[in-house]
Amino acid sequence: MLKTIEDLKQIKNKFLEKNNEKIQIKVSMATCGITAGADSIYEYFKDEIDRINNNKIVLISTGCMGLCHSEPTIEVTLPGQKPEIYGNVDVKKAENIFKDILYKKVKESDIIISSKQKKIVLRNCGFMDPENIDDAISKDAYFALNKVLTNMSQEEVINEIKKSGLRGRGGGGFPTGLKWEFAYKNKANKKYVVCNADEGDPGAFMDRSVLEGDPHSVLEAMAICGYAIGSDEGIIYIRAEYPLAIERLKIAIKQAEDYGLLGENIFGTNFKFKITLKYGAGAFVCGEETALIHSMEGKRGEPTLKPPFPAEAGYWEKPTNVNNVETYANITAIINKGSDWFRSIGTEKSPGTKVFALAGKVKNVGLIEVPMGTTLRDVIFDIGGGIVGNKAFKAVQTGGPSGGCLTKNELDTPIDFDTLKEQGSMMGSGGMIVMDENDCMVAVAKFYLGFTVDESCGKCTPCRIGNKRLYEILEKITDGKGTLNDLDLLKDLSNTIKRASLCGLGKTAPNPVLSTLDKFYDEYEAHVKDKKCPATVCTNLIKFTITDKCIGCTMCAKVCPTDAILGRVKEKHYIYQERCIKCGSCYNACRFNAIKKA
Amino acid sequence: MKCTNQVKDSCFRELKDFIDSLETKKGELITVLHKAQEIFGYLPVEVQEFVSEELNIPLSEVYGVISFYSFFTTTPKGEHPISVCMGTACYVNGSEKILDELKRELGIKVGETTQDGKFSLDVLRCVGACGMAPVMLIGKKTYGRVTADEVKNILKEYK
Ligand SMILES: Cc1cc2nc3c(=O)[nH]c(=O)nc-3n(C[C@H](O)[C@H](O)[C@H](O)COP(=O)(O)O)c2cc1C
Ligand code: SF4
Ligand code: SF4
Ligand code: SF4
Ligand code: FES
Repeated sequence: MLKTIEDLKQIKNKFLEKNNEKIQIKVSMATCGITAGADSIYEYFKDEIDRINNNKIVLISTGCMGLCHSEPTIEVTLPGQKPEIYGNVDVKKAENIFKDILYKKVKESDIIISSKQKKIVLRNCGFMDPENIDDAISKDAYFALNKVLTNMSQEEVINEIKKSGLRGRGGGGFPTGLKWEFAYKNKANKKYVVCNADEGDPGAFMDRSVLEGDPHSVLEAMAICGYAIGSDEGIIYIRAEYPLAIERLKIAIKQAEDYGLLGENIFGTNFKFKITLKYGAGAFVCGEETALIHSMEGKRGEPTLKPPFPAEAGYWEKPTNVNNVETYANITAIINKGSDWFRSIGTEKSPGTKVFALAGKVKNVGLIEVPMGTTLRDVIFDIGGGIVGNKAFKAVQTGGPSGGCLTKNELDTPIDFDTLKEQGSMMGSGGMIVMDENDCMVAVAKFYLGFTVDESCGKCTPCRIGNKRLYEILEKITDGKGTLNDLDLLKDLSNTIKRASLCGLGKTAPNPVLSTLDKFYDEYEAHVKDKKCPATVCTNLIKFTITDKCIGCTMCAKVCPTDAILGRVKEKHYIYQERCIKCGSCYNACRFNAIKKA
Repeated sequence: MKCTNQVKDSCFRELKDFIDSLETKKGELITVLHKAQEIFGYLPVEVQEFVSEELNIPLSEVYGVISFYSFFTTTPKGEHPISVCMGTACYVNGSEKILDELKRELGIKVGETTQDGKFSLDVLRCVGACGMAPVMLIGKKTYGRVTADEVKNILKEYK
């Protein structure tokens, strides 16, 4: 049981002493790393270390460094030297690295991490063992909790968070300190601290990464919040689809309890706090806070009108503070380093950093963290390394299904909560999907609408029926049956749905439609007027034909699943359009660029 | 998962033990359904009735919750349940092609199970491994950066 700051320091020093003399091999073992085969790399090192029986080498499995584009990644540290990071490690590469380690001469990192990044939330992700609380303490975990419990009043904590200007990272950007103050001021015999780890946004995975890579930062922040608002119970609502995050959270909670950092009389004070987990069950709308609370109560996750806000009547009608994972992950850094430090990063109205899940057609996909105010150009072309295959950049969708897209005209926008809104998009949870010339914006809008239609809880009519109709119109357009009139209808209907829906899901569902209509009207026009899909995505609007370049190799005829291609060896081939199902197999198979897709 | 797809007495006993071990039954319906699905593999009517009785919640409400959440299923999955990620990152990187290929290879539609009970096919929204897009899952194993050509070979591992 830890009682004082000295106890924390002792653990920290002991851990650092023990590890600083050792060779450390860290393997990124988060979901994405494991998907790429990190587990077999880990096994390889483990076997080798066992075989040579060298207790000077420690093998550590860590969370995600954010370098998804180069998974599996490992980090090697020789005593007294700076750590080196290697990407795309296979067993062969691992063998070479291991040899280098034994000769105590490792080569320089083959991975370059842009200096435009700044890590606060992800400071420990990928660099520590999430299953070892001593490692976390060596990185100052629970020091902020100690400071708060022994040196600060509830009001002082809330004021510090208010002064920092931290805004909620779950999407809305509501000032966190203010939210805490509401929960603090509502007197009740029981209050709750909830962590929203539902992360329903398709294309965002920062919350998963934090929970898998640095679970203690969230536990500690929840306890700090509990102290500030006067609550003794925290609940993490987490998606059941994140088994590894759940596993690591369970381990972290157990270890914190064993050390007395959660439980009764924390740091010898009379503050007590416990944390439990509740599982989501696959419903996007459950990320909305009122729906989330109903789901926690074991009911259908349907939203209700606000007010009352959760801070007044939340879980079991008690004052409840709901924050997002990334929001919590900022808290300990603010307490430890002060609100002035935090304000010095980012922009005036959006201080701090934002984590983005950069994915889609960008070279360096992965998790990045940048100061608010960084431009899209820096994110996509510097950190992201530009577009895959050096194709032309077309758009980037931010804010997920409720967001909008930004085009090359907006590449120099400094990103923060307010500027994104001004440009017709939003921050959302930080999903950032890059699209190139081969993506059809009408199809993308349809894709998002399909998502909302699936995920609408059905409680209110504009969302349940309106979005379905929107989807059908988009389907009509991508099928080549749309008219100019439909484009006006899309706009009208979108605006009605936005105004009339009950919760944030319905209110934002038409955003991808409005934003693509606004910025890619000509692409919509091509679909309805010329019946053409410029990006050649919408199957009903494309046609495959064989040109004079054909040398008659017969490859295309072999792969065609419907026998739509006719032709003799060494003679030009021909496609029967009636039989063609537009699968594109022939197009991909032809090595002579003889098939035209238009 | 020792009780996969079988409605057995021992499974019911295991579920009852779990329910009895809960601190409170209030608000624990979803927790119990998670456990039940872990034990039985799916949630057939018998299991729904059992949960309804044990928790003293009307069957209609139990069913209402099951049908609301996509994670819960009332039909048995295949021995190797396959899910294709249809999140945005996977979608723009071509997960539809993977899905088409799977449908063709297995001869089933989304939501169905093959005749021999070996494979079932589903879609899901974002595994959270978007950096590896497109992603598919077979049982608990995740496959990243999958191309349509690879599908056949991946399936072979399970045949
Ligand atoms: C449809 C919908 C889905 C949402 N999904 C999430 C989510 O997955 N995770 C999250 O933290 N917030 C989500 N939110 C926002 C939450 O309602 C809430 O604003 C947030 O958890 C508050 O935390 P913050 O102040 O720290 O951002 C969602 C909102 C809506 C309307
Ligand atoms: S807007 Fe949609 S998701 Fe929200 S309450 Fe209405 S139907 Fe449900
Ligand atoms: S694959 Fe290309 S070159 Fe060969 S027959 Fe077909 S169109 Fe002609
Ligand atoms: S697109 Fe597909 S169906 Fe059409 S001709 Fe080519 S291979 Fe055959
Ligand atoms: S979109 Fe498929 S893993 Fe995120």
